[in-house]
Amino acid sequence: MSADGYRVRGRDGEWEIAVGLEVHAQVISEAKLFSSAPTAFGAEPNTQVSLVDAAMPGMLPVINRHCVTQAVRTGLALEAEINLTSVFDRKNYFYPDLPPGYQISQYSRPIVGEGRVVLDLEDGSQRTIGITRLHLEMDAGKSIHDRRADATCVDLNRAGVALMEIVSEPDIRSPEEAGIYLRKLRSILRYIGTCDGNMEQGSLRADVNVSVRRPGDELGTRCEVKNLNSVRFVMRAIEVEAERQVAVREDGGEIELETRLFDAERGETRSMRSKEEAHDYRYFPDPDLLPLTLDPAWVEAERARLPELPDARKARFMADYGLSAYDAGVLVAEREIAEYFEAVTAGRDGKQAANWVTGTLFGALNRAGIGIEQSPVSAAALGALIDRVADGTVSNRAAKDVFEAMVSTGKDADAIIEEQALRQVSDEGAIEALVNQVIADNPDKVADFRGGKTKLMGWFVGQVMKASGGKANPKAVNQALRAKLDG
Amino acid sequence: MSIDKDTVVRIARLSRIAMEDDALEPMAEELNGILAWVEQLSEVDTEGVEPMTGAIAATLPQRDDDAEAGTATDDLLANAPEADDGFFVVPKVVE
Repeated sequence: MSADGYRVRGRDGEWEIAVGLEVHAQVISEAKLFSSAPTAFGAEPNTQVSLVDAAMPGMLPVINRHCVTQAVRTGLALEAEINLTSVFDRKNYFYPDLPPGYQISQYSRPIVGEGRVVLDLEDGSQRTIGITRLHLEMDAGKSIHDRRADATCVDLNRAGVALMEIVSEPDIRSPEEAGIYLRKLRSILRYIGTCDGNMEQGSLRADVNVSVRRPGDELGTRCEVKNLNSVRFVMRAIEVEAERQVAVREDGGEIELETRLFDAERGETRSMRSKEEAHDYRYFPDPDLLPLTLDPAWVEAERARLPELPDARKARFMADYGLSAYDAGVLVAEREIAEYFEAVTAGRDGKQAANWVTGTLFGALNRAGIGIEQSPVSAAALGALIDRVADGTVSNRAAKDVFEAMVSTGKDADAIIEEQALRQVSDEGAIEALVNQVIADNPDKVADFRGGKTKLMGWFVGQVMKASGGKANPKAVNQALRAKLDG
Repeated sequence: MSIDKDTVVRIARLSRIAMEDDALEPMAEELNGILAWVEQLSEVDTEGVEPMTGAIAATLPQRDDDAEAGTATDDLLANAPEADDGFFVVPKVVE
């Protein structure tokens, strides 16, 4: 799919879409943004709440410096401008899971300004998506509506946990690009350890702003679809919301700026708030908090401390190991996978290692439904198996069996090769004996071959391999057969 | 800036303040009086002046990322109109 290829086909002509994402990423920290209550997920309700989070009278917020560092690191990784002075504002609204009646956020002066994320598209091309801003804010608590029929239950454990809201420009042109953007952003956050990216637990949530236009026109009025908690939902919500807008416009209607909810089961978006309840957050600077100022030397020190990021690592994998852009992209997407691969390939052939990791290992992990951190075969053990292929101890084919045995038993390659007698037979005398036997048993095939049916070579190799129980070195078998049959 | 009755109705609702109809006009007048008084500040030329955030030069105090146990749930819920199994209970809110 090309960069600008996505079109919504309307009744009378095609429409382009323009999409921007607002991603809420929960900051990895021990304590909350403005209090010392812990942030661990899954605790009993209302056990991780300080008096600040519950907005008891007289409580004052004190900012967690680590959360500031995390936001700055994220900004640097997004190649963004770091604002040395930023301001916290109150965003006012009433909801039971927001005890103070306002969320402390950043409005006109966020901590991070314009940056960018580079996407690798499926056709191999790249697109740059602009980042508008990143700001720090506190999360709200959780309202549970289905626990009691007559009331809403509120758990404030999450109230006050630090969030980074990362806003993109409306540069995204298809649902696929939105998916790639979200995965790339998640990958970057995980590389630098500022957000765990766990969408099921809500550590990463996205709102999408969607608008449609006739190709070449100005941007249309947008609608915001809120609270999408998977890449699939983000892509699907964009698709159905764009289709809805096209239908409205083609019927002569206008799109109204509004917030909508995505219903995954019905595959539709629905208006969330009535017009008279439209947002009016009455932002103003929080009088409890002075402006946040950063030392430029400290920012530069944080920049120097950033780890190698996915784009740089991908370029290095391609240059140093001769990997294709595709393989390199797959290997760098998760930091843990990239590190595993580097351990496997140390001192070995890069392409071989890449094939083993992306093919055989990923296959086994997928079947078991586990991540690389739980891999039953360590990087060192896989490396040792690859060495046994390289030195001719086992054939490539037998190595796959050895690998499966390593997965199921947890033993190392050498032990399994010995136990199952999988050692490859390269001994010329032994192979010659097998070749002689096959030739003696099949005089008609030998005559056909010598009469010009050279394609039979493959059949002969197969017979010898079979006779050896799959253990003969195919290269040696080939050589021996040629010597006998051609001679 | 001038505040009319509709604006009073709107900001009262945003603030969850119930107001009788006959209190709206007087409130609008009162608010306009306050705004007119504050409006005098705009006579001062602040072009190019950074916003002042305090009377003394101070920087934002910061805390280390050390987690401490939260408030005991019973204490936290002590003033709640209703609690159930560790949760605050409020009238049904569904958007």
